Amino acid sequence: MSASTATAAGASGENVVEIDDVSFAYDDVRQVLSGISLAIPRGRLVAIMGGSGCGKTTLLRLIGGALRPTRGAVRVFGQLVNRMNQDELYALRRRLGMLFQFGALFTDMSSYDNVAFQMREHTALTEELIRDLVLMKLHAVGLRGAAHLYPAELSGGMARRVALARAIALDPQLMMYDEPFAGLDPISLSVIGQLIRRLNDALGATSIVVTHDVMESLKIVDYIYFIADGRIIAQGTPDEIRASTMPFVHQFVHGEIDGPVAFHYPSRAYRDDILGARA
Amino acid sequence: MMKRSTLDLWVGAFVMMGLGALLFLSLKVANLSSFNGGDTYPVYASFDNIGGLKVRAAVKSAGVVVGRVTAIEFDNQTFEARVRMDLESRYVFPKDTAAKILTSGLLGDQYIGLSAGGDIANLKPGDTLKITQSAVVLENLIGQFLYSKAAEGTEKKP
Amino acid sequence: MSARLAAVVADVGARVVSAVWRIGFASRFFWLMLRHSGTALRRFPLTVREIYFAGVLSLIIIVVSGLFVGMVLGLQGYDTLARYGSAEALGVLVALSLVRELGPVVAALLFASRAGSAITAEIGLMKATEQLDAMEIMAVDPIARVVAPRFWGGVISMPLLAALFSATGIFGGYLVGVVLIGVDAGSFWSQMQAAVDFREDVWNGVIKSIVFGVVVTWIAVFEGYDAPPTAEGVSGATTRTVVTSSLAVLGFDFILTALMFRGV
Repeated sequence: MSASTATAAGASGENVVEIDDVSFAYDDVRQVLSGISLAIPRGRLVAIMGGSGCGKTTLLRLIGGALRPTRGAVRVFGQLVNRMNQDELYALRRRLGMLFQFGALFTDMSSYDNVAFQMREHTALTEELIRDLVLMKLHAVGLRGAAHLYPAELSGGMARRVALARAIALDPQLMMYDEPFAGLDPISLSVIGQLIRRLNDALGATSIVVTHDVMESLKIVDYIYFIADGRIIAQGTPDEIRASTMPFVHQFVHGEIDGPVAFHYPSRAYRDDILGARA
Repeated sequence: MMKRSTLDLWVGAFVMMGLGALLFLSLKVANLSSFNGGDTYPVYASFDNIGGLKVRAAVKSAGVVVGRVTAIEFDNQTFEARVRMDLESRYVFPKDTAAKILTSGLLGDQYIGLSAGGDIANLKPGDTLKITQSAVVLENLIGQFLYSKAAEGTEKKP
Repeated sequence: MSARLAAVVADVGARVVSAVWRIGFASRFFWLMLRHSGTALRRFPLTVREIYFAGVLSLIIIVVSGLFVGMVLGLQGYDTLARYGSAEALGVLVALSLVRELGPVVAALLFASRAGSAITAEIGLMKATEQLDAMEIMAVDPIARVVAPRFWGGVISMPLLAALFSATGIFGGYLVGVVLIGVDAGSFWSQMQAAVDFREDVWNGVIKSIVFGVVVTWIAVFEGYDAPPTAEGVSGATTRTVVTSSLAVLGFDFILTALMFRGV
């Protein structure tokens, strides 16, 4: 694990992802992200954390170019994503890999064909070569024996690993993980966690993990951003986060019920609601 | 890969069946082969009244389909209907052949019936038939019938 | 009172606007689909696979329904024609009604409920489970890779299914009329052949079924692509595919019939 204590944003050298003062809203009513800036240097494994619905997934979509920010600039590999046309986006995405929340495996294909999908779409490799590559990727996630199984026949954890093998099929330089730990048992969870770390180091890639699973991420990542209400409210290395005294971070890390993130949805005063109706 | 090839087989069989059905519809049901095959030659005829004759109506001789009506126009000089028929080249008719507009059954389709004459020379492409008989228009027939009945009635009265 | 009226007017207005918006989006989607059809036609196995799902899997229902519709036509047609003493025209009646109308229309309705709904559900589920997003992030265009092959598979299957429906229907009419009731086989076929015209009847029927194939598959892929990514969204879209495409088939049938058989 990296022992670096320098802040990720401040690290010199190339930043694979640079997000500069980005705001985003789906409609006029609700601002999802407001004025976020962050930078992710090459080779780093960074976690973006926050409560449910705080805009973490939106951030990944902005990086992948699926959404465009209402304000600010998103740069990936030094290229401005905001203004890219379809062809430029597709060229960029060939260097990206993404693991979706529930794997998003193609249900009409076997695990083998799922992993082979991008190779067949984007390369002119022969079937024998593809076969070797697919088996290598499946071996990396420990599922070479499940190559012939269809997604419906895989457990949640296995499906996630096949999806991981598919995401790294073309050795991406930037990996994005959308809630990779959601809905997994403790064993699968550690397996995925270790795979994410190992693949990042083995591929020499840069990784972004979007998650609300604090314990697992603190074990594997180099740097953490906390997002709440569309803003970055805290950042630091795992050790700094553990030691943080910020009320929000403390509540989040220790899973306390009430705190800056209120247990109650905003409402009228309890007393008024109960007694007011009788009056 | 095994699965792929059985799938191809099924799709191939399906396409063959579909094309076979189309072939059946065109040959057995519509009898495409009988009148679209050979060459034709045009012949013209003028009628006072063509009744309900339509383009693509059959041209028959002795009950056999020998051609099709391909055009119907109104002639401004003679105030007659000028009908163009395309007859199949393998059928030849004498120059004095007569054309009648007939009806198949009481209320069926109208067609042109050709009855051969006795001339030695045969019709050439572009010839016009001289002897024609117009369609029997049912309204005229009924009208004549009523008129004659009425005439009978007035004769009896006095 | 006036406030209620205003609410009704606002509601109707909103529905009209959203309907127009959807039609506009569907048209743009159609254009996108045609523009991205290169992959579907160049890598034909993709389309062959969809012909299997849309066409081959609809075979049974099409053939069985065709047979029964033809047999019913034979019974009913004989009953009516016998009153006018022209039972020999049974072949004409069966063939013309099947080739011109029932073949393309009933086959299209069956196709909409069998294959159309399956296409919508499949694309809708792919969307709901983020498979389309995953494809997009893998730099593969889902319209080219998923939508267009399904569209062409449906468009190719539809005329073949309609022809099969008509052919088995005529066979069914023959079974009932000739084999069962005893109409003369010779006049059954010969009157049919004399009355059915290739271009006028058979070819127009084929054109109809091609148009229906385009309309039904277009609606099916669009509803799937446009479905809200939830279980209710997908099931709602599937229902809408069947309802909308059935109505569209009947509507287009009227228009096409009016254009094709007018003044003949």
